[in-house]
Amino acid sequence: MPETSAGTLTTPEKPAKQKPGGTLYRGHEGMWSWVLHRITGVAIFFFLLVHILDTALVRVSPEAYNAVIGAYQTPIMGLGEVALVGAIVFHAFNGLRIILVDFWAWATRHQKVLFWVVIALWVVTMLAFTPRHLINVFSH
Amino acid sequence: MTAIEFPGEPRRRGSNLEKWGWIYMRASGVVLLVLIFGHLFMNLMVGDGIQAIDFGFVGGKWADPFWQWWDVLMLWLALIHGANGMRTLVNDYTNPGTVQKVLKGALFAAAAVLIILGTLVVFTFEPCPAGAPADLLPSFCAA
Repeated sequence: MPETSAGTLTTPEKPAKQKPGGTLYRGHEGMWSWVLHRITGVAIFFFLLVHILDTALVRVSPEAYNAVIGAYQTPIMGLGEVALVGAIVFHAFNGLRIILVDFWAWATRHQKVLFWVVIALWVVTMLAFTPRHLINVFSH
Repeated sequence: MTAIEFPGEPRRRGSNLEKWGWIYMRASGVVLLVLIFGHLFMNLMVGDGIQAIDFGFVGGKWADPFWQWWDVLMLWLALIHGANGMRTLVNDYTNPGTVQKVLKGALFAAAAVLIILGTLVVFTFEPCPAGAPADLLPSFCAA
């Protein structure tokens, strides 16, 4: 901010490479975990609405339920389920990170490291889930 | 954890709903992690995973009160957690006024209707409906 006003007094140097906003938060781990938590949360919420309605079809007839659940067993939806589980797993692990940051001073100081711990746990969980699920989806 | 106290601000009396919402998100979140990971493991990882899910699969699961309560608890906790999270976004991205009221009303209505619907479905579920083809039903219906 002071750079612009000082421009007339000194020869402006090459403009310093500045991150937008220039804060500790913006563009860093804290912001991205917040963004991802919101996006995954909204996605999971809307899936939940649909999922309760499709499950409620068990009360209509076996045929109705099987017809709709059959749509979840197609290859396209199978890939969508990987995305859904990915969103849930991130939201779950990052939620634990938020709780730790809220209640534990060490975690508050190390929230950036904890973001990468969340990412690492997410990768491990998805490595366990994705092959197994895709084999189920594509081998039938 | 300690709230910043602003000098001169009157101390709040009585219950603070926003604080309980904040606590609810964290408490329900931890329980939901266990419930949903268990749900995903049982339905997608065990056996043939998603390919095994059909009416008979659901009937077999809900024959056990353990899974009925598992699913009902998941339903209540998740819908309230999700609707409250969406309320946060509505607060962040809309101004106070009619639109905000309508959005929050829609969230409340959706959560209430689906909680009632889902709970009724789990507890009034009929695993062996009369007249349905036997091959679509759980195996215990034949007995």
